[in-house]
Amino acid sequence: MTLRPDTAAPPSADVRRFGPAQRWVHRTTAALMGVCVVTAACLYIPQFAELVGRRELVVRVHECAGLALPVPVLVGLVSRRFRADLGHLNRFGSHDRIWLRAALHRDKRRALRPAAKFNAGQKVYAAWIAGATLVMLGTGLLMWFTHLTPIQWRTSATFVHDWLALTIGIVLGGHIGMALGDPEARRGLRTGSVSREWADREHPLWRP
Amino acid sequence: MNPERAEKPEASEPPEERGTPIGRRVLLGTLGLGALGVLAAPTLQRGLEGFLGSAAEKDPTGLTGLLPNGGGFRYYSVTSSVPHKNAANYRLTVDGLVDTPKTYTLDDLRALPQTRMVKDVQCVTGWRVPDTPFEGVRLSRLLDAAGVRAKSGAVRFTCFDGAYSESLTLDQARRSDILVALRMQDKDIGHNHGGPVRLYVAPMYFYKSAKWLSGITVTEDVRPGYWEERGYDVDAWVGRSNGRDDDPTT
Repeated sequence: MTLRPDTAAPPSADVRRFGPAQRWVHRTTAALMGVCVVTAACLYIPQFAELVGRRELVVRVHECAGLALPVPVLVGLVSRRFRADLGHLNRFGSHDRIWLRAALHRDKRRALRPAAKFNAGQKVYAAWIAGATLVMLGTGLLMWFTHLTPIQWRTSATFVHDWLALTIGIVLGGHIGMALGDPEARRGLRTGSVSREWADREHPLWRP
Repeated sequence: MNPERAEKPEASEPPEERGTPIGRRVLLGTLGLGALGVLAAPTLQRGLEGFLGSAAEKDPTGLTGLLPNGGGFRYYSVTSSVPHKNAANYRLTVDGLVDTPKTYTLDDLRALPQTRMVKDVQCVTGWRVPDTPFEGVRLSRLLDAAGVRAKSGAVRFTCFDGAYSESLTLDQARRSDILVALRMQDKDIGHNHGGPVRLYVAPMYFYKSAKWLSGITVTEDVRPGYWEERGYDVDAWVGRSNGRDDDPTT
C-alpha cells in the first residue's frame, strides 16, 4: 500500500480521533443496522421477497438484529472516551448554529462551516438516528408481542415502523454517501487517526 | 462542562458556552414524534391510502407500489423456493372423508363450469386491492363431485410449495363465494400469485386464499393452517377477526 499518502506522511502529522471503543461501537452498530436493512428489504420489496422467501427465518433474523442494535452503544458507555464523545455530540455551541445556517443555504464556504470534534450535521444525525432507532425498536416490539397490546396498536405501530424505515433508509443512504466522499473521515473510524491537515480543515475548532 | 472547551481554554469563543444539549432534545423530539405517529396512525393511514391509491393508478413507474400501503399485491412465501407447475404436471387431489377421491389436471378444472367474482382483496397486514376479478370452479362443486361423507366437518388445503396449509369448516367451504381459482385479474394466475391454481376465499383475509393449491382433504375437525398455528385466527372473516375492523369484502 505504498500508494496511500497517509502511510507516506510522517506519523507526527496524524492526530488521534477515535479510540477502540468508539470504533467498535460504530462498527458493530453499522453491521447490525446493515442486517436490519437487508432483512427489511427481503421482507418488504416484492422482488427481494420472491428471491429469498423463507419469511419466518428472515423475520427472526430481523428481530434479533433489531433487538441487538442499541447494545453496542450501551456497552460502549463503560468507556470514558466514548462518553466524552457523546457529550461532544450532545452539546451545540454558537458555531454549530452558523454551520447549520450555512448548510441550509447550501453555502459551502469553509469560513461558514466551523466545527469542533463533530460538525453540527453529524450531531443532528447522531441524535436523530438514535431516536429513530428507539422508535423502530418500540414499534417493532409492539408488532412482535401482539398479545401484549390491543390490535389497533399493532396496526398503528406497523404504520410508523414502515414509514420510518423508509425515512431511515434515505437518511442512512446520505450518511454512507457522505462517508464515501470523505476517505479521511473513514480512515478516522477505521484506524482511529486522521491527518492534522484534514482535522484543521474539517474541524478547525477541534483541538485533540 | 464542555469537553471541547475544557481541553482548549484559549478558544476564541466566549468561555460561558458549555453548549446547549440540543442533541438530547433532538433525540427526545424524535421519540415524541414516533409516539405521536402511533397515536395519529389511524387517521394518517386513511389519508395516505386514499392519496397513494389514486397516485398508484396514474404511476407508470410502479414506484408507488414500493411505498408503505402503496396499493397492489405483496409477495409472501413461507418457503425458500416453490416449484413451477403447468398444464402438463399440475394435479389437484380431492381425498379424505369422501366416497370417491379424485385427481384433476388443469384441463379437467378448466372444463368445469367457471364462476367469476369481482371483490376487494384484503390482507391481514393492512393492504387492500379493490375490485379484483377471480374466476374458477366453485369449491362446493368439487366437494359434491367427490361425495362428502356424513361425519366430516372440515376441509384442509395443502400446497405444492411443501409447507403452506389452510382449512375451512365444511359449512364455510360450501359457500358460493369460495373458488378453486384459475384466473385472477382476468389472466391465468401466474406463479408469483399462486398459479396455476389457488384457493380464493372471498369473505376472509387473504391468507386463507392459499396459493399453489394441490390438495383438498375432507376431515372431521378443523386443523389450523400454517399462519393459524402462528397466531392468526382460523375463522378469518374480513373485519370480524384478527382484531381488525376493515370493511367486509363481501
